[in-house]
Amino acid sequence: MKTKNIIYTAIFVVITAALPLFIKAPYQLHMLILVMMWAVIGTAWNLLGGYAGQVSFGHAAFFGLGAYTAGFMIFHFGISPWWGMLLGPIVATIISIPIGLICFRLRGPYFALAMLALGEIFRLLFINMVSITNGAKGILIMPAITSKVFYYYVGLAMLLLTVLITYLIVHSKIGYYLVSIREDQDAATSLGIPTTLYKLLALLPSAFFTGLAGAFYTNYVAFIDPHIVFNLSNISVMVILVVMLGGVATTWGPTVGALIYIFLGEIFRTTLGSANVLVFGVLVCLIIMFLPNGIVGELDLIKRICTRKKESLSGGV
Amino acid sequence: MLLFGQTVICGILLGGMYALIAIGMTLIMGVMKIINLAHGALVMVGMYVTYVCFKEFGIDPYLGMFIAMPVLFFLGCLIQKYMINRLVEVDSILPENQVLLTVGIMLVLTETMRLIFKSDYRSVTTSYSSSTVMLGDMSINLPMVIGFIIAMAFTFLLHLFLTRTDTGRAIRATAQDRDAAIYMGVNSPRITMITFGIGSALAAAGGSLLLPLFYLWPDIGHLFTAKSFIITILGGMGSTMGAAIGGLVLGIAESLGATYISMGYKDVVGLVIFLLVLLFLPGGFRSLTRR
Repeated sequence: MKTKNIIYTAIFVVITAALPLFIKAPYQLHMLILVMMWAVIGTAWNLLGGYAGQVSFGHAAFFGLGAYTAGFMIFHFGISPWWGMLLGPIVATIISIPIGLICFRLRGPYFALAMLALGEIFRLLFINMVSITNGAKGILIMPAITSKVFYYYVGLAMLLLTVLITYLIVHSKIGYYLVSIREDQDAATSLGIPTTLYKLLALLPSAFFTGLAGAFYTNYVAFIDPHIVFNLSNISVMVILVVMLGGVATTWGPTVGALIYIFLGEIFRTTLGSANVLVFGVLVCLIIMFLPNGIVGELDLIKRICTRKKESLSGGV
Repeated sequence: MLLFGQTVICGILLGGMYALIAIGMTLIMGVMKIINLAHGALVMVGMYVTYVCFKEFGIDPYLGMFIAMPVLFFLGCLIQKYMINRLVEVDSILPENQVLLTVGIMLVLTETMRLIFKSDYRSVTTSYSSSTVMLGDMSINLPMVIGFIIAMAFTFLLHLFLTRTDTGRAIRATAQDRDAAIYMGVNSPRITMITFGIGSALAAAGGSLLLPLFYLWPDIGHLFTAKSFIITILGGMGSTMGAAIGGLVLGIAESLGATYISMGYKDVVGLVIFLLVLLFLPGGFRSLTRR
């Protein structure tokens, strides 16, 4: 089983690494880069939300912190925003410690709401602290590198690193502790698991990789403002939907979800015009209602439905 | 002092109307144990119904709300019965599935309205929109006063409904202990559906009262969702009177913040109060009275 997984992953890496050789058009590459970025955020969220069961509605805070750290590099210090790729995640991780200590006192829906409130507080702070953040005008940078292929490989490296670290965490002792906290926190406590500590151990890498994606966003898109990077519905909620689409608590679920989110979103945008978000919303409702654990999570169910259809067809003939 | 008085009164009046919306959310939260993130979208739909009544048929917003409320009641019942209720039996890893479904519903409602009405800012201008009432030296906007009085009347009626009628008692019983209520012969699926309907109708009522004061556009729902869940937590989940008080507190805090700190930090004040209450008084204001 394990060697099979390694082989599949190796095939995936080879294919994705070779993809820019065949896809030269900047538009298609742009889509793929966005997929990578969302897959990183989704995988990071999945560690806390999917495995540890702490549904966060405030991941935009970490994304925005990473993005703004990269922006500050050039805005305040005049050095390359690529240093933000190093510092952004660290800043997001450090800020996540007090956030975690505050919010992990709460459970379930209360935790979700507290994170939501914190995410919004960050957005409002960054809008209002004009002298530091340039307010709603945002930060515009001049990217030194414009080749999409370069960003593609950076994104791919980011995604592989995130998936690898998440995989290692989840399949270590910590991972089992996290799942036990998700399933029954009281039982976990009574078995001697320090729940707050382990939830924090899930939050730290989660914030780190979300911050990394944020710093990457600044470097790639070259413009950030608080309404974009701290957005509640377009970042915090969307990352949950991406994970839900793909599969909660699965290794590759968020990546599949990101792929679907970006490409379906793009297809809807080009074919349906102004109704695109509506159709996306309907799709989200349908998936949550009929595939509650996401596409990867319900793979068995989908397989069963497909085979049953074939059987009934052959039976008819 | 004049400024202070004006600020506080303005806050109380707005808070009373927010409270009506939040009571709808707190009812739903009490019975179904979920955060209804589509609540603001329901407010927005209610506002559009009233707006259409006003624009197309010339019905005054304060009468239009009596059309918007039944419409939203049925919409709420349908959403609960055919969408959210289906998830009760579904086996999923995350218990927050129903909450996420309400996010999807919010998306659908918002985008449907955007498709019909576009993203334009709309407003309702009646003959009394800009008239004011003088209270000593303080001048107060008339629609705010009317809105506050109607909101308080509705809160009182709802209180009577919940404490004096059989359906109201059944709602409270289901909120307290669903299994025990079922043993006592309460038709809990029906009660849950009705609760969601009443919650949506109250959202529509609150929205209609705020219509003469706010610009209307499809994304306004987010604003009301945020405010009503803050109020719900402030007041204590499922507590009607707590939500009423929470609404007043939020209204006053926001207008004090807007006057004395800055307009930009107005919403931060509400969120910070929210976090503090969540951390240090998790039962909301209701837990204070219990001691």
